[in-house]
Amino acid sequence: MSQSFIQLSDVMLRYGGGTIALDHTTLGIAEGDFVALVGPSGCGKSTILKLVAGLLKPTAGAVIAGGREVGAVGTQPAGAHAAQAPRLRIGLAFQNPTMLPWLTIRENVMIPLKIVQPFRQDFAKKKKGEYRDRVDALLAQVGLKGFGDKRPWQLSGGMLQRASLCRALVHEPELLLLDEPFGALDQFTREELWDIMQSLWMARRPTVLLVTHDLRESAYLANRICVMSSRPGRILETRDVGFARPRTLESSYAPEFATLVQQLRMRIAEARRDGDGTPPPVVATPAIEEVAA
Amino acid sequence: MNALSPVVRQRVLSAAALIGFFVLWEVVCLAFGVSDLILPRPSQIAHVLVEKMPLLWPHALQTLYTTFVGFAFGVLAGIVIGVGIGSSKLAYDVTYPLLVGFSSIPKVAVVPLFVVWFGAGTVPAILTSMVISIFPVVVNVATGLASTEPELEDVLRVLGARKRDILWNVGLPRAMPYLFASLKIAITLSFVGTVLAETVASNKGIGTVMMIASGNFDVPMVFAGLFLLAAMGVVLYGISSLVEQRVTGWSQRKTDLAMG
Repeated sequence: MSQSFIQLSDVMLRYGGGTIALDHTTLGIAEGDFVALVGPSGCGKSTILKLVAGLLKPTAGAVIAGGREVGAVGTQPAGAHAAQAPRLRIGLAFQNPTMLPWLTIRENVMIPLKIVQPFRQDFAKKKKGEYRDRVDALLAQVGLKGFGDKRPWQLSGGMLQRASLCRALVHEPELLLLDEPFGALDQFTREELWDIMQSLWMARRPTVLLVTHDLRESAYLANRICVMSSRPGRILETRDVGFARPRTLESSYAPEFATLVQQLRMRIAEARRDGDGTPPPVVATPAIEEVAA
Repeated sequence: MNALSPVVRQRVLSAAALIGFFVLWEVVCLAFGVSDLILPRPSQIAHVLVEKMPLLWPHALQTLYTTFVGFAFGVLAGIVIGVGIGSSKLAYDVTYPLLVGFSSIPKVAVVPLFVVWFGAGTVPAILTSMVISIFPVVVNVATGLASTEPELEDVLRVLGARKRDILWNVGLPRAMPYLFASLKIAITLSFVGTVLAETVASNKGIGTVMMIASGNFDVPMVFAGLFLLAAMGVVLYGISSLVEQRVTGWSQRKTDLAMG
């Protein structure tokens, strides 16, 4: 079996309380791909994201990201090569922008450079020059030119979310994990940010895993959409999205687009209906633990 | 009335309230002929304060000195313990009952113990002042550290941040407003601890002066001591509020800060 850049193989995950969040989940993501996860709420979309990020360990099965085992139970790392692969550079953005209120927007966006190698070693030297220019260029790309010196509470929710995207991208991550990043925004801001997200992706081509409950958003942004079932989560169906890029707001009102969204909606309605009757099975396996930092 | 800005108006009113309080006190004492053995008039107290200042001043300095040293040690110890138990859930859960037990001891009860260990004088007063101010600092620092958003911690952990990185970049700055809020409480408590120890076992300080004066039924002198204590307390509180505003202005969302 060929191994993808990100590979979840037959993953099961049970939380401490015994709730099974994921069951027999298999998912492969190619390098540079843009994949969206959609599904009913509580189906384990965010859990997949956390597994890939290495924030959670699977109860069973394997999660591999960039040729490196992220965490597995009962299996050895897949050979010396996998063990030695460097740590994947990951960017993470949530629905809540979580800016640090005592720092300016520029300093907030700069945080990853302060922590991630190889930027970390030069941080003291370059934070006033090269890194500052890099952050300002990124802020300008998302429409926040001139806001670098502002404090987080001086910005609106949409602006903070743009800054949060910058923070997730500033260290040029190979993998970008987005957990409903536009979920708390109004319709107009959201659509504007879709465009920004698309152009950022087209310019840099990181691998993106986007968790969303907005089906139009998934169809607008992703190359591939995975529909998940109710808990315990499982990937029911994968749809390729072939629309030409750059996609525009006008193209999102084209009949093919509407049909795709409609089909996704029906599929999720089905998943919810099916999910309601089946109680989650209880199996005696040790509870999972959060991966220690 | 509209000519005054709200801030000025508030200041004028609070000054009026303060003066009114003393005037009322004076008038009531005069009208009912209250003996100065029970409640001396403010004018008598002021007279004693001015007359006995050369005697009171060294004692006031001693009380201030003891308070500052005790406060400094207390805050230092409080920060160390607070960071220790706040940065680990396990340490927090394990040591919490111990801390609660420790803090429930009335501090006046430990003064005799300090006297047995270190003799009467400055040392037991400093220790009392320190012990009494530790707990609020510990609790606030630990709470501040624990209030870090889990999402933000995830963002940093995914970047490969070590625990120390998270503590330094997020935990400690996040705990700052909590620390400073506790400093205002701690400085007042330190002051209480000092005076407490001075009244029990010392030969210097305002607390001692008040003890001796009340033994001699010199009630105006007792009140003079009280006035000095109140004045010093207000000044100490004012200083710590000022430092707080300087350091953690970001947490108070002032509009004037937004312009700067």
